[in-house]
Order: sequence, then C-alpha cells, then structure tokens
Amino acid sequence: MAETAHEITLTVNGVPRRARVPARRLLSDCLRHDLGLTGTHVGCEHGVCGCCTVLLDGEPVRSCLTFAVTVDGREVTTVEGLADGDRLSPVQRAFAECHGLQCGFCTPGFLCTVTALLRENPAPTREEVLEGVSGNLCRCTGYQNIVRAVHRAAEIMAEERGTDGGAAR
Amino acid sequence: MKPAPFDYHAPRALGEALDVLAEAGEHGKVLAGGQSLIPLMNMRLASPALLVDVNRIGGLDGIEAGPDGVRVGALARHAHLERSGAAAAVQPLLRRALRLVAHPVIRNRGTVVGSLVHADPAAELPAVLALLGGSVRLARRGGTREVAAGEFFTGPLESALLPGELAVSAFFPARPARTGTAFCEVSRRHGDYALAGVAALVRLDGDLCVAEARAACVGAGPVPLVVDVTAACGARAPRAADWAAAARAVRERAEPETDIHATADYRRHLTGVLAERALRDAAQDALREAAGG
Repeated sequence: MAETAHEITLTVNGVPRRARVPARRLLSDCLRHDLGLTGTHVGCEHGVCGCCTVLLDGEPVRSCLTFAVTVDGREVTTVEGLADGDRLSPVQRAFAECHGLQCGFCTPGFLCTVTALLRENPAPTREEVLEGVSGNLCRCTGYQNIVRAVHRAAEIMAEERGTDGGAAR
Repeated sequence: MKPAPFDYHAPRALGEALDVLAEAGEHGKVLAGGQSLIPLMNMRLASPALLVDVNRIGGLDGIEAGPDGVRVGALARHAHLERSGAAAAVQPLLRRALRLVAHPVIRNRGTVVGSLVHADPAAELPAVLALLGGSVRLARRGGTREVAAGEFFTGPLESALLPGELAVSAFFPARPARTGTAFCEVSRRHGDYALAGVAALVRLDGDLCVAEARAACVGAGPVPLVVDVTAACGARAPRAADWAAAARAVRERAEPETDIHATADYRRHLTGVLAERALRDAAQDALREAAGG
C-alpha cells in the first residue's frame, strides 16, 4: 500500500523544520529519523519508560504516543535544545554534578521532564519531585541521585535568578 | 512497535468530522489525546483503517463548571481538568481521581472524554462517572444524544458509542449538600494501573445521619461496578454506621480477575479493605462539607 505523505512543519528547538511523513510516523521517529535529532531516545514505545519525553509547546509529552502529523505547526523542544549554546542548562549541570546518570539512555527524558517540572514549580518538595519523575524509568543509576539532581537544579536556578536579578537592578 | 498504516483526516470543524465518521462507519476511529489508542496501535492490538484526528477542531476543549456540575469537552486534557479550581469546587472528586490517572506527562496529553470512551474497567474516570451518575454526549451527523453512565459502559473497552459517533463532552454532576467523596487505590507503583480501587460517595441527611452511600470499584468486573451500600451501613451517624458491613457488601459483588500482578482473591480482599477506607473517608468529607468547610 502506497502511504500518503503529509507535509508538516515543526518548530524544533526554535528552528522551523519541514518533513514529509506518513500519518503513522511517531513524533519520536520523526525527530530521530526525519530530522536527525537522535538525542530523543526510544525505549518501550508504549508510554511506560519516559525516555522519549519531549516538550510540546513547553509541556512534557511522550513523543512515542504522539503522531507527528497531529502536532504540525507546533513547537517541540528536545534534549538538544536545553543547553544555551555550549553552556549546559541548570538541570543538565545538576545531573552531571550529582551523578544523576550512568549509561545515559533515560537521561534525555528525565532532563525534559525535570526542565518542565521546575519551570512550573521552582521549589518542589521531595514528594513533588518523586511524583514528577514517577513516569520515567532508570535502570542503572537508581533514583536517589536523580532526585538529588532535581533538588540541586532547583538550587542552581534559584541562585542564577538571584544573580540575574541583582544584575538587572 | 510501529502502527500499521492508516488513512488520516484532521478536520477543522465538528460537522466535517461527523461527516467523515459517518462515511467511515466501523472503520473510523477518533484520535484525541491518543494515550490509550496509540499504545494499542504501536503494539498492533488495534489497527483502524481511518483515524479522524479531532485535535484541530475548535471549541472542544472547554471545561464548564456550573451549579449543576462540570461539563468537560472532548479535547480537555486530564491536566487541564486537574488544575481547574472551578471544577474542583463544584465536584472535588474529579481532582482526587485525576491525580491517580497514569503519570503527569501522560495527563498532559490524555483527555478525560477519551478515558471514558476507552472504557477500561481498570481505569479511574469511568468509575467516577458511574459513581456520580454522570453522562456522555455523543454527536453524529444530524443529531446528538446524552447517554447515562449506567448505559454507557457495556463491557471491557466497550461503550455505547456507535460507529459514526463522536463523544463531544462528558458531564459530571456537582457535589450535593452534605455529601463527601473519596478515592482509594492500591497500585504496585504510583501511576500504574491499580490492583484494586474504590471511589465512594456518602450523603448525610439534615441530622447528619447517612442518607445515601455507594461505592464504585475499578478492576472488579467488565464495567465499573457500582454498589449501593446505604442499607448495609445503616441510617446512622458516620461514627456509628456499619462500614465493615458495607465493605463486605462491596467485596461480595466484586469479580476481579487473576493476572501476573495479583490473584483474584487478593484483589477481592483489597477491594473490601479499600471500600471501607473510601467510605469512611467519604463520610468524614461529608461531615466537613456539612460543617461548612
């Protein structure tokens, strides 16, 4: 069966990107195969592991449970878009500092999830952090360091806000 | 783990969607949040010939909280209803139940109406709709009908939705005066499907004695199981009511199944324990509500 191709445009990490995809193309596969952004990882492909989590208009979603055609015209942020040039984001720095990753497979999903979590809730309690990352699985580091990294990222962001605020005044 | 090919329509108006669904008949399937449908498609447990993606239709994402209840549009995501203070004020059980639905990231995309139409007897929202006596509004080309929860859920993953119909909204009745609710469940990990779960509603009369008590169980049969325990617990003040007898009445009606996670006996036991807990919590909630808090 010849599948119909759909022209779509996504703004990925601030850059408009076009792709021709069949309707069944998952957003995760569109990002990886059509757009060459392999930072988004694909684990279970049924919404359990959280590795493929990206930000859709700023909200974390499972890219393996989203068709690329459905989000035509919208903004997607992947792990490649979190850093500011060569400078890692506060969440990325905190994960590195706290040993919040080991093999790194689950890390892109955690980073996107946590980036959104801290944007919505800059000073989460331990319970809120646990709830926030409960949809992401890690098979090697264990969650202690990941949870520490989330709290550390919150600290770094608070420090930087303080610095920026001071500079602005 | 990739979906089979399908034809795809993304209509921008409701009428256009209903036309496409009418033409497609039983080959058509509606895509809203896709958080239940796409896993099934990825695993090829479902392979619809035509997907009608309703995400571009305007006006379907409303959440209207009024004195009678909360009407939730087909594109209202779980997370939006969970955050709605107006909806929580009218029917507090919604927010309590939504926090038990999957994980926050899934709730960003999944829709409330989609969860109802998916009609998974192990899911929370069908039990909530059944407990509260809500309804689902189904549109088709040339008309709409409102189906009460009791008639809407017809079997595991089966609802009264006919080919050519689109569920455009669901209605959750408001909390009546002197009424409390609770939702208790046990799952292996937070966000997993519950091994057992019970939503409860208790209404008190003017003397603060139990006037009405019922429980809705998840995973206890092919459709949400609603058990009226008003007679079993007795028309007494909550502290004197026989909640253990009420819980026994719930447990006796539960017909869970054995799977890799738990035996049917264990699930039945849990259902009884959770029923007593949820009914007691609901009664306390009713007392607080009656006291004006």
